[in-house]
Amino acid sequence: MDAKFIITWLIPLFPFAGWFLWGLFGKYFKGYSGYIASSFVVISFILSSILFFIVSYTHGFTTTLYPWIHAANFKAGVSAVIDRLSVVMLVMVTGVSALVHIYSIGYMQDDKGFARYFSFLNLFVFSMIMLVISNNLLLLYVFWEAVGFCSYILIGFWYEKKSASDAGKKAFIVNRVGDFGFAIGIFLLFITTGTLNYETIFKMIPSIPSITVTIIALLLFAGAVGKSAQFPLHVWLPDAMEGPTPVSALIHAATMVTAGVYMIARFHVIFSYSQFASEVVLTIGTFTAFLAAFIALTQFDIKRIIAYSTISQLGYMFMAVGIGSYTAGIFHLISHAVFKGLLFLTAGSVMHGLAGELDLRKMGGLYSKMRTTAITFIVGGLALSGIPPFSGFFSKDAILADVYNKGFYFAWVIGEITALMTAFYIFRLIFVAFFGESNLDPEVHVHESPKIMTIPMIILASLALIIGFLGIPPFNNSIFYSFLHVDFKNAYNFAPFVNSTPWYILSLISVLAGLIGICTAYLLYIKKVVNPETVKNIFKPIYALSYNKVYIDEIYNFIIVKPVLGFSNFLWKVIDISIIDGAVNGIASGFAFFGVKAKRIQNGMLMSYILTLTIGVAALLFYFFIR
Amino acid sequence: MDFFIKYLLSILIFFPLASVVLLLFINKKNEGLLRNLASILSLVEFIFSVYLFVYFKPDTYKFQFVEKLNWISTFGASYFLGIDGVSLFLILLTTLLTFVSLISSYRYIKDHIKEFVILMLTLETFMIGTFASLDVLLFYLFWEFMLIPMYFIIGMWGTGRRVYSAVKFVLYTLSGSLIMLFGLIYIFILHYDQTGNFTFNILRLYNTHIPINLQILLFIALFLGFAIKIPVFPFHTWLPDAHTEAPTAGSVILAGVLLKFGVYGFFRFAMPLLPAATLMLAPLVIIIGVIGVLYGALVSMVQKDLKRLVAFSSVSHMGFIMLGLFAMSAISVDGSILQLLNHGITTGALFLFVGMLYERAHTRQIADFGGIAKKAPILTTLFMISVLASIGLPGLNGFVGEFLILIGSFNHYMLLTIIATSGIIFAAVYLLWMFQRVMFQGITNPQIESFQDMDLREIITVLPLILLMFLIGFYPAPFLERIDPTVVHFLSMISRHGYVHNLIKLKMGLSNA
Repeated sequence: MDAKFIITWLIPLFPFAGWFLWGLFGKYFKGYSGYIASSFVVISFILSSILFFIVSYTHGFTTTLYPWIHAANFKAGVSAVIDRLSVVMLVMVTGVSALVHIYSIGYMQDDKGFARYFSFLNLFVFSMIMLVISNNLLLLYVFWEAVGFCSYILIGFWYEKKSASDAGKKAFIVNRVGDFGFAIGIFLLFITTGTLNYETIFKMIPSIPSITVTIIALLLFAGAVGKSAQFPLHVWLPDAMEGPTPVSALIHAATMVTAGVYMIARFHVIFSYSQFASEVVLTIGTFTAFLAAFIALTQFDIKRIIAYSTISQLGYMFMAVGIGSYTAGIFHLISHAVFKGLLFLTAGSVMHGLAGELDLRKMGGLYSKMRTTAITFIVGGLALSGIPPFSGFFSKDAILADVYNKGFYFAWVIGEITALMTAFYIFRLIFVAFFGESNLDPEVHVHESPKIMTIPMIILASLALIIGFLGIPPFNNSIFYSFLHVDFKNAYNFAPFVNSTPWYILSLISVLAGLIGICTAYLLYIKKVVNPETVKNIFKPIYALSYNKVYIDEIYNFIIVKPVLGFSNFLWKVIDISIIDGAVNGIASGFAFFGVKAKRIQNGMLMSYILTLTIGVAALLFYFFIR
Repeated sequence: MDFFIKYLLSILIFFPLASVVLLLFINKKNEGLLRNLASILSLVEFIFSVYLFVYFKPDTYKFQFVEKLNWISTFGASYFLGIDGVSLFLILLTTLLTFVSLISSYRYIKDHIKEFVILMLTLETFMIGTFASLDVLLFYLFWEFMLIPMYFIIGMWGTGRRVYSAVKFVLYTLSGSLIMLFGLIYIFILHYDQTGNFTFNILRLYNTHIPINLQILLFIALFLGFAIKIPVFPFHTWLPDAHTEAPTAGSVILAGVLLKFGVYGFFRFAMPLLPAATLMLAPLVIIIGVIGVLYGALVSMVQKDLKRLVAFSSVSHMGFIMLGLFAMSAISVDGSILQLLNHGITTGALFLFVGMLYERAHTRQIADFGGIAKKAPILTTLFMISVLASIGLPGLNGFVGEFLILIGSFNHYMLLTIIATSGIIFAAVYLLWMFQRVMFQGITNPQIESFQDMDLREIITVLPLILLMFLIGFYPAPFLERIDPTVVHFLSMISRHGYVHNLIKLKMGLSNA
């Protein structure tokens, strides 16, 4: 029981205790559950920071709480791996969680499910912490599913709304599809290596046939595609916006959806030994980044715009890990957690001030009415657009520069076009919502949110301004890179650098892309040089494609949902009832058993049946014993 | 105390029967006393069975609590009892679920209380007897006797087409059992031919040498008896009817204990008696099992009746168990046995909740519900935990069993295991869909407006099951360490008879996480 052991396991213990307390005794705590739940997470954050310093100044370690499953030769324990990667993730997860908890006290103030909300939010933080620190694939899978469950229950938090409970269910099921692949990947790893322990697996990977490694990597990636909402399993995330907004900020922007990226970074040994699998990751990431940004261009629901933006930014992270730039991927993950968490919290603040309004067409001119929200939102928008000195500039450019310098030019071009679209859609939102003329419902009394909400927003906005500087001096000399890259030293260098184009040239291009996007939005929505309606009419088919989310939900419904249900009905009504049961009843009535049955069971006779039965059994046994 | 421990199995078998005798003397009008006394006696029985667990030595496959008395010496039949790591937990499951069913019935069963409690306790005697018998004839007697009380429970206190369902249940099982009896007697005669001794002692019968062709025929005979009981697709059609019409207690016992006998039969009789046929036919059985996984899941998706949905989900879950059992790796068989308990716990709980919903709303149609979460938060929470356990959410019991089955089967039957794994997607689809329609959304049915949350008795009914879900989910060690030696011995028995695949290799060598 050394200090490391205690600190490590106290981090998940606090939110775990919180789940238990608010879940069972929430009503006795009343409003205090929010404050205590938040302080629990703050304690976890402080402990994580201590762990961060321990690991920075000493070295990583593993620690076991208890052996969990032991069946024949299969063993898995509740054990943690604490290295630089996990402490970086821990600090981010607990930090953002703490801010979101505090914000939620204000946001959920009058909700009758207040204690239930904090109970599940605590459970989520616990599960996410465990996901990050687990040292074997079984434990990872367990908490991978557990965060999915928290997401399900929190998306459907307002369960009386059909759309909310539908969205929760959809999230769970779509994730299960990805987890199906993930589980099989784990099975294959186990029979190939005989273990699920990371360290042992990583040592064995170089000696495993590359085709097996590729299949394993692709199957694991299937899980990441589901969890991190990448094409073709991205459809659950926009619907997940039915949940409370702080939940969207925490689970569907900063933490859970990035688990897929974290998983690949954690398994960099596996992925780097399969160039093919890594290229699939790059391709899916690039395509998703583009597709989601394209859909975000025309949406009117502000939360959905930010949700598509999340999908798109996750695509960037997958680009990074797909070319073996794991530190760049994690850097963008952290920086995105901050600025996207910020964007969601500010969007929540807008909703709070507008009595739940989400439609961009019913906003306008909010800048003067809710100044803190507006300014922090713009900070988030600038970071997302990659404008210096905000964090997104450093982290996104680190990815795009590596993509270019490693020679993936096509992906780089798509990435830059996506960056342009990104700046456009987020500033379209900013200009229409906060500036221009007001389309507000006159009934609504617009107000700025209380301090308990704005302070977390301000903290995140300051972080969005500061943490980018961890990325200097640019690229492979940066503070962040030199801190983290030791954890990736075992990766196979499958994508070496082929160019050495200086960073300032590449950054210039990216910043220009961002500025063009912002200016276009400015000209269209503020200056109104051209009426947006005119633009829409010129590009009608493309607009319709984007506005209808490329019809992906409809396609799934048509090619999967309906045929499966039809087939199931066929199985039940034809195979089960008509054929099998028909045959059985046919045989039975052939023997005419059924004719006799009904008359016999009559209430009065039952007692005598039981008596006969009991006496009969007793007599039989007795008889044979006596003999 | 020594006496108590030494004859514990007999005490467990006959205590419920003795309770029946006691209850016979109570006036049938005195319903409260009958109910309470029966519940208390079944609780005492459960506490007795806990002693089995306490005094069970975990690190051996040898039979424990053995009792042996001559019975019909002319046929070599004896009163031979004993348990290993597998029957230990099945007996504990039986005593627990009998107690749970009795206290769950205070509201559901309104008439003929005396008959009901007597039948339940009689059934308990037979069930425990079946699990504890190591003599084939004794086993068969208990096995067939079980049908009688169950027949009355469904036929008397059921709903709708209860008589049809009860008769269907009995005829279906009986026809399978008769073929099975024929098979068992054939082995008995073979053993006599080879040794000149009559014996029904299963441990001796294991040594019977049977030619492979004959083994296959006998395996088919035993298969029919056990497969119908499980039930395996396509012999499952009695199950939805029996479950749907049975009273809650009947469904709980049926799903929780009676379905286990089929798997237990394979484990104790068919597979070790006929090892060559088992190894040969395993792929076919697994294919049938995997079809069952998908078939049950797909058909569950289109059910409109709550109980029928849970019943078909059983078909799916039992398919997983067959996969793990016949994949015959130590891990997968461990998983199957654990999943046997899990299924009893989880599906038992699901039927209890469906019963509570039915008692309140007088309907089982999924479409008639909605919005209950708002009215009954305790019911919602506990019901949800059970649903999630059935889906196989980690942290709850179902996950551990399912995961061990799949990871253990994967090596030998890769494609079939992958197909079976897709069943976890469908399980989420039909159960979450059901849960959403029933518990979430707005209230549409005015009946729901006056919906009561669970009372103390109902919470006590389900609480042991819920706690077990968490216990096995978080800490399965006490269960697995008792099951594992038995399973390893079971596999060595099968592989001993020639046809050694590479089972031994499987059991060793792989390192750990």
